[in-house]
Amino acid sequence: MSPHRNMRGNMREVMLAAVPSLRAFAISLCGNVDRADDLVQEALLRALANLDSFEPGTNMSAWLFTILRNLFRSEYRKRRREVEDIDGSYAEQLTFSPEQSTRLEINEFREALKALPPEQREALILVGASGFSYEEAARICGCAVGTIKSRVNRARGRLAEILSIEGASDFGPDRETRAVVNSDLLTRRS
Amino acid sequence: MNIRKPSKQRQSLKLQGSEMKPVAKLGTDIKAKIGQQLRLMYDEIVEQGVPERFAKILRGLDDPSNESSKNEPA
Repeated sequence: MSPHRNMRGNMREVMLAAVPSLRAFAISLCGNVDRADDLVQEALLRALANLDSFEPGTNMSAWLFTILRNLFRSEYRKRRREVEDIDGSYAEQLTFSPEQSTRLEINEFREALKALPPEQREALILVGASGFSYEEAARICGCAVGTIKSRVNRARGRLAEILSIEGASDFGPDRETRAVVNSDLLTRRS
Repeated sequence: MNIRKPSKQRQSLKLQGSEMKPVAKLGTDIKAKIGQQLRLMYDEIVEQGVPERFAKILRGLDDPSNESSKNEPA
């Protein structure tokens, strides 16, 4: 086998390994499996057509995410004035169902995620689920690290509001207060 | 003296009577809860693996009949 072909084989393995997360990113971004899969397909075809522009030794996964993210953003700009018709489509397309309560929780969360501005949504997913660092996420989105941090923060704040997490009794205001409350409880108990 | 009128949104938030905290002060539990739900949603898709249509696209990469390998000796 030629070294050239061997290298391409390795690249294929690396790309294959990145696909499940790339697809999860796409579905989380647009909330519709069919649209997301078209997006993944387009991203992979673009990547293959531009393999020469990939720098060996850099993060293949981040490269693929960047391509997909840019495709999504340009598509989003085109579709902005169209009415989004993505309600319910995701849950219907799932082929297996976890426990009912978890299912409901995931659906509720996905609905809340849809309410976020796309730049906050992508930042939160990249950092909170795809496992990229703030620096990598900033490179993928083409913005400053501080911008990613503030977008992730705002996304969390907005989600907490939508899902009413901030009012729940089992969530204390901050670590220090909880520590005090907990130690107080322990003292009283003993 | 504060002469800035509170915005409509701020007023309605105050009316809810909840402790509205600045985003920067979100508790670690809230972050953890959101992170957990986010990963739950994400991982259930990741666990579906690689659909055949994508495996097929990538198979072309090291296929000898692939265009990029055509000028190599068979």
